[in-house]
Amino acid sequence: MSSTPARTEQAELPLLDVRNLFVDFRTTTGTVGALRDVSFTLGRERLGIVGESGSGKSTVGRTLLRIHGKNGIVRARRLQFAGRDLLGLPEREMREIRGRRMTMVMQDPRYCLNPVLKVGNQLAEACRAHSTMGKAEAWQKAVDMLDIVQIRNPARVAEYYPHELSGGMGQRVMIAMMLIPNPDLLIADEPTSALDVTVQRQILHLLDRLVAQRRMSLVFISHDLNLVSGFCDRILIMYRGRIVESCAADQLHAARHPYTRGLLDCAPSMDRKVDRLNVLVRDPAWEQ
Amino acid sequence: MGAMIEIDRLNVSFGDGSQAMRVVDDVSFRVAKGECFGIVGESGSGKSTILRTIMGLNSNFTGRIVIDGQPFETRRAREQYRHIQMVFQDPYSALHPRRTVDWSINEPLLIQGYPDRDRLVVEMLESVGLSPALRYRFPHQLSGGQRQRVAIARAIILNPAVLLLDEPTSALDLSVQAEVLNLLDGLRRAFGLTYVFVSHELAVVAHMCDRLAVMKQGVVVEILSAEQLRRGDAAQEYTRELIAASLPYRREALAG
Amino acid sequence: MAATRETTWKEWLITDMPGSAMQARLGSGYRAWLSLARSRTSMFGLSVLLVMAFLAVFAPLVTPYAPNAMAVELRLQPPSWDHWFGTDELGRDIYTRVVYGSRVSLSIALVVALIVVPIGLFVGMTAGYFGGMIDRVLMRVTDIFLAFPRLVLALALVTAVEPGIGSAIFAIAVTSWSPVARLARAETLVIRRSDYIHAARQQGASSLRILWRYIAPMCMPSVIVRVTLDMANVVLIAAGLGFLGLGAQPPLAEWGAMLSTGRSYLYDSWWVATFPGLALLLASLALNLLGDGLRDVFDPRQD
Repeated sequence: MSSTPARTEQAELPLLDVRNLFVDFRTTTGTVGALRDVSFTLGRERLGIVGESGSGKSTVGRTLLRIHGKNGIVRARRLQFAGRDLLGLPEREMREIRGRRMTMVMQDPRYCLNPVLKVGNQLAEACRAHSTMGKAEAWQKAVDMLDIVQIRNPARVAEYYPHELSGGMGQRVMIAMMLIPNPDLLIADEPTSALDVTVQRQILHLLDRLVAQRRMSLVFISHDLNLVSGFCDRILIMYRGRIVESCAADQLHAARHPYTRGLLDCAPSMDRKVDRLNVLVRDPAWEQ
Repeated sequence: MGAMIEIDRLNVSFGDGSQAMRVVDDVSFRVAKGECFGIVGESGSGKSTILRTIMGLNSNFTGRIVIDGQPFETRRAREQYRHIQMVFQDPYSALHPRRTVDWSINEPLLIQGYPDRDRLVVEMLESVGLSPALRYRFPHQLSGGQRQRVAIARAIILNPAVLLLDEPTSALDLSVQAEVLNLLDGLRRAFGLTYVFVSHELAVVAHMCDRLAVMKQGVVVEILSAEQLRRGDAAQEYTRELIAASLPYRREALAG
Repeated sequence: MAATRETTWKEWLITDMPGSAMQARLGSGYRAWLSLARSRTSMFGLSVLLVMAFLAVFAPLVTPYAPNAMAVELRLQPPSWDHWFGTDELGRDIYTRVVYGSRVSLSIALVVALIVVPIGLFVGMTAGYFGGMIDRVLMRVTDIFLAFPRLVLALALVTAVEPGIGSAIFAIAVTSWSPVARLARAETLVIRRSDYIHAARQQGASSLRILWRYIAPMCMPSVIVRVTLDMANVVLIAAGLGFLGLGAQPPLAEWGAMLSTGRSYLYDSWWVATFPGLALLLASLALNLLGDGLRDVFDPRQD
């Protein structure tokens, strides 16, 4: 089953254009470099960003949305979304983009949902924030969204509070909330990492369908290389703040950078039995 | 030859009366000496509860637990405890945050009154692949993988017969996981330890263990060998579902 | 001659490869100090306290007069070069009396802290760790003491015993230990579920060992913060008792008592009440600032 090719015949601007992005964070013990010279573009496609902890993959997502926190220092030659420069954009205009044209689904829905409001109310609020709907209409739209993310009994679940949702349901609610404004770009930061394996599958299928139906671009951030390779069109592999490899998903097995090869080799697999797992030997040269 | 671990009709319930929930339901299995036995399941399957019960953290159980021929009652002699040690999932809460690595590994020796502790600590650090120069660091100065190694050192320094491993690598990066799994494997062979390895990842369990139990909502669905798992030779539907979900994701062909 | 280690003290302290337990401990203490020193308000509070403590300890050496030296012909003199804070209604130098008064206030605060920390920790940790009936009984006792308004209970106790510094200390300590116990209990409830505690039990550690070597060090930071902040209150309560004539007895210089007598002269001789009042304010403020700073060090909330 080959992956659908990216639509290269588009003459329009890439949705995301990032060039020479550096992000540092001020900490009590000095400045820490989180991203070093990151450059990539994104069209109407699915891009996977893979890395281990400390690779900076989450920082990429947060920097795009400008929610990296005030300790972050961002420098880039270019950081454009749909032709607009994000770096110098005033916060007021950034708010138009963030949550409307660019949204993010995160790992733990519990941290993103208000615990004292019903799920339906939160979704309805999101609906009304981006349009001129009345309350009743917004509530109905909320229920419709819950249906779109394949929640059974959406009308009943809309009356739930966030703590009454299971992990999978919570993630669906968050996806629903992030899709309401019909964004151009959806950033998913480890959306399935906290879920059970069988539930992960369902959420991935859901994301798969919705992204395709709405022709959204997707940035899928994860530590799971195999997962991302099956889901995305292109993959960026990050190591210590740098992109060390960029390839098409179906070309992953031919990856050249030793870090990527190392990652591919060291995962335990159910196909074959080995005595010892291959171990990744880090080369300091990779950080240059 | 008797098994090292015998679990017979173990039942654990939480809550009382009408709120009582069976978390572990009539679970039985045996583990031979030196074997690595896996328990796989999703959240709510009861796999961690079984480990904690064997460890003695739950006194609320019925059924038999026999370790190395000695039955474990709800009240145990202090002596019985140290033959079973556990490695926990979260490297960030496994070690005392305000004590050095040296202190954490030394404590069990102090408690049990071992002489020559200094040498033992250094030896143990080397056995788990840590440089003795890290000895006086605090946990927050160590990476997740290093912390887990310290936790492993602490667990085996008293020469337990059984090591219970509760998702020991789930919180670690993939590359670090490979190292730690290799370490655990090596230690088991070197010291003749018996492992019970709990995980939600089939591939990890398939690699580490000889036999494994698949659990769902407190019940053992089936027990099979790692070989059978790799072949996909599972008798039960749920096991097959788990295996399918563990395979690499493939995008559906979309009709435009 | 072979070149010796060129590392400075600083480097030795903050190295990330300590060579001994002592080096590691000193290093982490130094790091905490650096963290505290980053806050200007805390440093201000700390310096004020250190100056006050210094003056209190060396009072005879830093004051020009004796605290009880009366000179009736010099009564109610305004501040001047001879008498920096002026004189009171008996001609005594107010500056000297303020300095000697700091001895009373600071020592009361210190002794109360030294009493309250062990008792509060012991009760709270025991209740939190063992739970069950022990917890219930200990917490009910704590609740009883917590239920009384502090100043009122302190008053009652002091009047029951003979008024004086000792009874003031006793009374204030009795009313101050309960919040510390509750805090220690709350921390213990969380800590006792940690994996490292389970591991310790599994190694055969006794409950006493776990409480003393594992749980107490974890409770200490928040207890220290709490007690430091509380000392600001203790200084005020002690002054309150003194104000009512129930603390240090005259002619001993004590800020509250000085405030009390100074009341009658407030309009014409404002300095008699104002300077002890300012000293009280400064001491309390300094303790508050230091406590806030300590809290940021031990329990930082990152942005």
